[in-house]
Order: sequence, then structure tokens, then C-alpha cells
Amino acid sequence: MSHPGFVEHSIDGLSRALEHALFSEEMARRRGLLQAVDARAKLAGLLVLIIAAAIAHRLPVLGVLWMIGALLAVLSSIRPRDLALRLWLPVFAFAAIITLPAVFITPGRELFVVPWLHLAATDSGVRTALLLLARAEVTATFAVLLVLCTPWTRLLRALRWFRVPREAVVILGMTYRYIFLVLETAREMFLSRRSRMAGRMAGADGRRLAAASAGVLLQHTMELSHDVHLAMLARGFRGDVFLLDEPSMRISDGLFAAVLLAGAVTTWWMGR
Amino acid sequence: MHIPDGYLSPATCAVMYAGAAPFWYVALRQLRRRLSTRLVPLISVFSAFSFVVMMFNLPLPGGTTGHAVGVGLATTVLGPWASILAISVALAIQAVFFGDGGITALGANCFNMAIVGSLVAWGVLRLASAGAAPESRRRVFAAALAGYVAINASALCAAVEFGVQPALFHDAAGVPLYAPYRLGIAIPAMMLGHLTIAGLAEAVISGGVVAFLQRGRSSILPGNIPALAAASSSSRVQPRLAAVLSLLLFCTPLGVLAVGSAWGEWSAREFGDPAARQRIAQSSGNQAPPDVLPKGMQHLASVWSAPFPDYAPRFIRSQKLGYMLSGMFGAGIILGGSLLAQSLLRIGRRQERPR
Repeated sequence: MSHPGFVEHSIDGLSRALEHALFSEEMARRRGLLQAVDARAKLAGLLVLIIAAAIAHRLPVLGVLWMIGALLAVLSSIRPRDLALRLWLPVFAFAAIITLPAVFITPGRELFVVPWLHLAATDSGVRTALLLLARAEVTATFAVLLVLCTPWTRLLRALRWFRVPREAVVILGMTYRYIFLVLETAREMFLSRRSRMAGRMAGADGRRLAAASAGVLLQHTMELSHDVHLAMLARGFRGDVFLLDEPSMRISDGLFAAVLLAGAVTTWWMGR
Repeated sequence: MHIPDGYLSPATCAVMYAGAAPFWYVALRQLRRRLSTRLVPLISVFSAFSFVVMMFNLPLPGGTTGHAVGVGLATTVLGPWASILAISVALAIQAVFFGDGGITALGANCFNMAIVGSLVAWGVLRLASAGAAPESRRRVFAAALAGYVAINASALCAAVEFGVQPALFHDAAGVPLYAPYRLGIAIPAMMLGHLTIAGLAEAVISGGVVAFLQRGRSSILPGNIPALAAASSSSRVQPRLAAVLSLLLFCTPLGVLAVGSAWGEWSAREFGDPAARQRIAQSSGNQAPPDVLPKGMQHLASVWSAPFPDYAPRFIRSQKLGYMLSGMFGAGIILGGSLLAQSLLRIGRRQERPR
């Protein structure tokens, strides 16, 4: 089998993005702890936990926060296997590549020497790398829990509660909606090209094809923006943005946010 | 270049959010005024496009492939303010939805790629394509160069943010708490990939798309969207800019409150002064400066003598007044140079316009 070219890579990337979106929507529809909580309480609580992880300087503290994340995932019908495959392993691989040299170049007490390469790992280097790895895993876990367990529209309306400007919220919402249309258009463009290709394309031809595809997509996008604008005007849009208010929070939602806040404060106190 | 959560300290993240906020505010205000009802659909749909273009796998010379951020293309088509918003929105969705880039680091990522990237791309584009017709080959070159320089400027910002972490945030034993590499390692490591692969990808997509649009005589060729072009060259922000600049000028005497001299900015004279030598040693981890002034430093110190040494013109007695005058003089030179460059560009454009 021949080595896949850039067209196949682009199709793969675009398909993965669409598949990820479907997976997230399916997760947000499931019954579970986080899915049942008000988006504002979830956003506030999980953001506080992300900040707690970002300021944590001790590995046991990050371990406790990671366990809180894993527990919340299980209680929200997200299988640890899904989380491991989609999040923990990719984050580990990325962070490991970045932190590995730090194990050897950070000054400190020598722990062991890698045979043949004669590289000496130091205690400070190992600690730095582990801290960075653990922090990256924990913060990514909370961020993903927030996204997987909250429909995008609810998450955006929750942003208004944090005084994010109305226009920004509406733009984020519309962008998310049109991403799928543009993704699908791009995927179809590459698929139709692939179906008419035999063999591999030379580098210069490939670059011309990629630029032309982006150019066509850009033209589509600008026409689409014009059509959307006209459709909005036809429906009475005069530049003022209105959003539906979220229903008021229940006591249980407030309690949930308070518990997460208490957890974050406790871990911060432990890590002082 | 998408910095994940946990690599930058919360303090750095807060500073980067604070640094990005004024640009978002100005961009939103500029575009709201110029585009009115077109703002929301244009930025939304273009952000979706930017998001998708970031996923294109581009074949590069040498047989490798790379991804572009699309900041050069966005600035070329939309101008800097709309590009700042469109790329920021695309980055926000990438961070929140796909976990590509962190939520706490979103301010830093937007600052590096959307803000620095767009403004640098705009500057390069203006310089390289001054007076060029929309269909000229120079426009293609300018777009490619703008993309290349912009992505490298963004990468340099990210490298500096990484590189200052070990010096600023470490524990009592000196173990780095966040990104572990110093500037000397972070900058070459980051720039190597961007000067080669990522920079080329950005140049290919920016230049390639402009060339494609030129072939089709597209109506969306750079500079053809009047409302955006007007927003980019709007002069209504200037009175406010002048007010802020004046305020900063009046704050310049604050500089005299600082004691000692900035680290690494010692004059040749200070190496011979025992009190100054002690201050240098204290601020350098108790490492004494060399007993004899290094030859190179001695030689270069006599090459140029500043008209206002230490921000204090010789004819002014008061240090505060001298400081303020130096600030006004410096700002005046910059503003004068900028006005001169603008007039030269305007004259050049008028001469090249077909009669």
C-alpha cells in the first residue's frame, strides 16, 4: 500500500474533527452528574479546578486533582477508556516529547545515566518533567469534562453570566455552527479530488492544489457570509444582539459549584 | 505553537489575557462601527474558514508536510482588526472544543498568533505591497512574506513566554515549576521549526491563495472589501492614542523613582566604581564583575556618546524635567518618523496610480 499523501491526511484530519464533534454531542446527551448540572455552575467550578491545577507545585496535590477529574468522568457516564484514548495518551505523548530533554539538562543531583548515550538524569529534571506532565494531564481533563458534558449553546450562554460581550458570544455560537458546514465542504472537495487521482502528486502540484482548495473555500465562505447577512437582515436583524437568558440556578447547582470550589481551595492549601 | 495549559504560570497567563484584552476591545469597536450588521456573519463565517484551513495538510519543499495558522491569509483578505477577531475566535474554539491549546493559555495564544501575527502581517504587507496593483505578482510575494514573518514573530513571542518561566517561577531549590527551558534553549528550539516548516506552510497558503484569487479575478482580492479597508486605515483611533501617549509621557518621571541601573545595562564607568561594583555583584547572584573592563566593551563604549546620556540633557538641572523632556523627544522622533514614512508611502502611491 502506498504512503498516504497530503490529500488523504487532510481528509483524515477533517473527518476526525467531524467525528469528535459527534462524540461530544453524544456525551453531552448522556445522563450523568455533570450533564445534570447548570452550565454556569459547571463552568465556574471546573475553571476554579483548572486554576487550582495550574498553581499546584506538588505532585501529590496534582494526583488528588486528577482523581477528582477521573471520579467526575465516571459519574458523568464517560468511560475511563474513552478518556485515556482520546485525552490522557495524546496529552502524555505531547508533553513527554517536550519535557524529556528537561530530565537531562536541568541541573541537580544525578539519579541515573542512560547507557550508551551517557546522558545523566537529575532529580530536579525528573521532578520538573513530572510536574509539567501531571499538570498538563489534569488541566486537560477538567477542560475536556466541561466540553464533553455541556452542549455548546448552553456553554456559550453561561459565558454571558461571566460578562463576556454579547457579540463575542454570538460570534462563537455562529462560528461553531458554520464550522461543520465548512468542514464538510472541505472534506467533499478533497474526497472528490482523491476519487479522480491516480498515483501520487508531485510536491509543486500538491501545493497548487492545496492553495486552490483554500481559495475556493475562501470564496464560498465570503459568499456564505453575504447570504447569511442578507438572511439575518430579512429576519429583522439591525445589529442588536439578544440572547435568551438561562433559567435561574437551582440550589443543587450552587451546592455543586461550592463543593468544587472547596475542593480547589483545599488542594491549594495542601500545596502551599 | 498552541501553548497548552500548565506550561505557563497563572501570573503569565493573566498578564497575557490583560495584554490581549485592549486589542480585542479596539478590534470589536472598530469593526462594529464600520461593518454594523455585517460584523457578526462576516467574522463568524470567516472564523469557521480559519479553523478549517488550520487543518489543511500542506505539502512543502523537501517532501515534508505542515499546517498553517492562516494569519497571513486572514490579514491579507480582511485587514488586521478583523483578522485579530477571526483568528481569536478560531483559537478559542480549538482550545475549548478540541483541546488544542489551553484554556488558561488562551490569552497567550491569541496574543501571539491573532494579535502579534495579524499586526506584523499587516505591517509587512503594507511595506512589501505598497503601490502594487491588486493583480500584480508583488501582491503574491507580499502575502507569502507577510505570512512567513507573522508566524515567526508569533513563534518568537511564544518562545520568550516559555523562556522566561524558569527564571521567574522556580522553587527554593531552583527547580522550574512551569516550562523548564531558558531563553537560550526555548528560542532556537521554537524558531527552528517555524523558520523552516511552519513558516513555509504559512507562506504557501497566503501566497498561494492570493495567486489563485488573482487568476480568477476574484472580487475578494486584498483591499477590495471597502468597509474593512477603511476600518484598517481608520484615523478615528488617533485622538485616543494621542491622549494615552500624552498620559504616558507625563508618567515618565516615574522612572527616576527606580534605584540603581537595569541589570546588564551597566556603563563602562560603573566597572571602576566600588559602590557600583557592589550593586552589580548583588544583582548577579553575588558573582563579582571582572576586575578589568573587558576590551571589547572598552572599545565600543567610546564609539558613540549619546546626546542625552542617562535621559538627562546636560543643559537641564532638574532630573525629573530632563526625564520628561527625553520622553517627549523620543516619542517625537518616533511620531515624526512614522508621519514621514506615511507621507512617502502616500506620494509613492499617488505617482504609481494610473492617470
